[in-house]
Amino acid sequence: MLTREPAHDIFDRLRKHCTADEIEMLISGGRSALTRFANNTIHQNVAEEQYQISVRVSLAGRTARATTNKHDDGSLQRVVESAEALARVQQPDPDLLPMPSPDEVNQDGAEAGVAVVQRYFEHTAQLTPPERAAAVAQMVATAKKHGLTAAGIFSSAEAVEGIFNSRGLAEWYEQTLAEVSITMLGETSSGWQKGNSPNVAQLDPAKLAEVAAQKAIAARNPGELAPGKYTVILEPAAVLDAVGFMFWDFGGSALLEQRSFLNGRMGTQLFGDNITILDDVYHPLQTGMPFDGEGMKRHRLKLVENGTVRAVTYARSSAKRMRDSELAGEMGPITPTGHGFPLPNEIGEAPLNIVFAVPEGKSQSVEQMIASTEHGILVTRLWYIREVDPYEKILTGMTRDGTFLVRGGELQGGIRNLRFNESLVRMLCNVEAMGEPVRASGEESMDMVVPAMMIREFNFTESTMF
Amino acid sequence: MKEIAAWALETARLRGALVAEARIVDERHRSLATKNGRIGSAADSESLGMGIRVIADGAFGFAASDELSREGVQSCAARAVEIAKASASVKAHPLELLPEPPARADWASPCQIDPFGIPVEKSLETLFAVDEELRRVKGVTLAETSMNFRRYEQWFFSAEGSEIHQTIVTSGAGYAAHSFEGTEIQKRSYPNSFGGQFQNRGYELIEELQLLEHARETAEQAVALHSADQCPEGRFDIVLDSSQLALQIHESIGHPIELDRVLGMEANFAGTSFLTPDKLRRLKYASEIVNVVADATEAHGPGLGTFAYDDEGVAAQCTPIITHGLFTGYLTSRDTAAAIGAPRSGGCLRAESWNRLPIVRMTNVSILPGEEPLTLEELIASTEIGVLMETNRSWSIDDRRYNFQFGCEIGWEIVNGRRRRMLKNPSYSGITTEFWNSMDAICSRDQWTLWGTPNCGKGQPQQVMGTGHGAAPARFRNVSVGTAYKGSGN
Repeated sequence: MLTREPAHDIFDRLRKHCTADEIEMLISGGRSALTRFANNTIHQNVAEEQYQISVRVSLAGRTARATTNKHDDGSLQRVVESAEALARVQQPDPDLLPMPSPDEVNQDGAEAGVAVVQRYFEHTAQLTPPERAAAVAQMVATAKKHGLTAAGIFSSAEAVEGIFNSRGLAEWYEQTLAEVSITMLGETSSGWQKGNSPNVAQLDPAKLAEVAAQKAIAARNPGELAPGKYTVILEPAAVLDAVGFMFWDFGGSALLEQRSFLNGRMGTQLFGDNITILDDVYHPLQTGMPFDGEGMKRHRLKLVENGTVRAVTYARSSAKRMRDSELAGEMGPITPTGHGFPLPNEIGEAPLNIVFAVPEGKSQSVEQMIASTEHGILVTRLWYIREVDPYEKILTGMTRDGTFLVRGGELQGGIRNLRFNESLVRMLCNVEAMGEPVRASGEESMDMVVPAMMIREFNFTESTMF
Repeated sequence: MKEIAAWALETARLRGALVAEARIVDERHRSLATKNGRIGSAADSESLGMGIRVIADGAFGFAASDELSREGVQSCAARAVEIAKASASVKAHPLELLPEPPARADWASPCQIDPFGIPVEKSLETLFAVDEELRRVKGVTLAETSMNFRRYEQWFFSAEGSEIHQTIVTSGAGYAAHSFEGTEIQKRSYPNSFGGQFQNRGYELIEELQLLEHARETAEQAVALHSADQCPEGRFDIVLDSSQLALQIHESIGHPIELDRVLGMEANFAGTSFLTPDKLRRLKYASEIVNVVADATEAHGPGLGTFAYDDEGVAAQCTPIITHGLFTGYLTSRDTAAAIGAPRSGGCLRAESWNRLPIVRMTNVSILPGEEPLTLEELIASTEIGVLMETNRSWSIDDRRYNFQFGCEIGWEIVNGRRRRMLKNPSYSGITTEFWNSMDAICSRDQWTLWGTPNCGKGQPQQVMGTGHGAAPARFRNVSVGTAYKGSGN
């Protein structure tokens, strides 16, 4: 895999072609492989290796980007020229800042002493096709044992992210990641599980397969439940896929552009007292690089404290614009937080390492939640979630792969999948109990450290045919 | 390129592959965008690499690399074979590909004006003019505009003897006006939401869209939505504009007819389908007037699903999907078609780029227009009570593609054949087959647009693909309306 020194060499070669005031290089890529199975058979099995060199130049208040995966001198010259050509024709942007220096990225150093968690594991990086196939064989064996059909993936990857600029900034990050996702299908039901970790040794494909199988078995011959408002127990993957839709609004740019549901709501109690949410790339269960698209060190942030929105993320430019705006007075401390996306971009910034905090001794297991529910629904996973209303944050979506009726404190079997239309704001006001936060992964949002949640009056509006 | 591919095919053969294909792709993108008078995106990108698909020991393997030296290509091909052999350790039966004669072709999508030859300042000038026009309307709090261009050149070589060179140029543009007031964010887009209109054409598409000419009305509607009445809840006849109908087709016809989904290959991610093989040529999918085709041929138009050959060397085809309401066809590939005993692949295997394994994708899945002349205004005039809905705002459907819910940016009440008051937050929902069987009118060819959906996600690792959908405004009877906001009060 590409390492820091050869990457720096590429940057030095790029610089020679640059006629702009400043130049920055983002380099990303690595090796990845994914073994995919369905109908108890490996049907797709892929691997790739590539590295992208992305160049940004600044030229008298103008900036632009060009990207290539070609590393020869001619291509490097061309990518610099492309970025310069795109920048040259623009009108100057008075808010464009010089690229950050090494001193600037390390200032405001609340996180200066924080050790970056080791997230590169050699065994994960070196996982072979036969090793992945052997794990798949194990999961398929579980399916066959229960008379089910398995579909899923087992992937592994090693990746690098680096940023270098002409002011001397040089940041580098390496990470591995292994992931298992499995769906067990029966005649009338299905069950699902997913897990990932930088360290493949932390994954237990056989256990995930068994849990998915037990869900499929328990959900057999689903009954029909009339839509309506129910107490719902969302497993962690269901929680993250829903709440993930709101964090794109936790950015200074979103507020300045008045596209955030937090406009007019900063500092007010928006969610229940029991909701506290952090953004923390240094958390042991989190993944991802500890710097942003300009190289700024990521800060730990308490976004929501006991239901009140306390902070949002800022890139360098959005922090500057916010300080100069009429919103500044209601925003609390305004400083670059290390959450900006590579410039130029249309989003600005967002928290990417969400961690829900549940006070010690206050968490409940899913089993305890079920035991305390008189009439409700247990949801394994949500699917095809989309935003219906951007300010009330009403989301719609379906349940999938294991939806169960709870009555009298016990699981009563599977029910047909339901459509929900629910406001995230209202949902997070109605949380009655939470589990221990765990690293969870779904399909609609970034991975998070989230708890299972028991929520009252969750709004199901329709049911489907299965 | 032929020499590079030969290194791959020869290595694969020597390592034991019975089937081998090499795709070399050289692609280029340009993305320009503005946001409230500032640059949102000014970015060029290019990517060159090779993907090698093999069958060894009766199973697939795929490897991709951007290292196109002899050593790099041979190593990549060897890896593909090693992966295939690992796949073979967990298989029920050996893979079968339907036979396909080797093809030799050189094809390019029609492009009158090369978008990469247009000065960037000209494109930016257009976008900034639109951006400014949108913000001239009081109440617009965010203006967003964008243009995107792509040139995709692919060389396909197979051990069977195919040599296919294709170049596809895609252009797209659009904009949106957002208005935040009180406790509401409203939005109007032109010519469609989520990036606008996309086709396999050159800059001539951008010129035809007349972006600036529609900016004022778009912005005014975004602001006016705040004072519009909420779309009522209940059962109504609805009229959908062609862009919304295109997305309805994409979600509730295009995806369920993907044969890999039907066969369970997407069960873990994109889902399966209610269209099990026993329903082929038996299920009354839709009303008698509904005719849908999956057409990748140039004759259908410059859609995002138009090409000469798919990514396993099968020629573009037109497959009848729904014929006078009857379900008549799937989207297929050489392995999936074999699995249901079809005589030939439908030519629908497509990859996002060189680094992705081709999978079954939509081509241009389009509803054919009505044969009798009928304009949107005439359709409205023939509707007693109903709601006209325009431009998608949200979309969701279950993992077998039965229950769906769509929200639109704007609605209009129809009373006694006339368009009356504006309605905000319109939405509708239903069950796929019930909905399509309720369609009783569709406008004629002059109202038909071949829309582009540039961002269809599927597969693991996920691949984003462009698909085309021709549609004309149509009417559906007795549909559930307003579900999205049902129960939203405390």
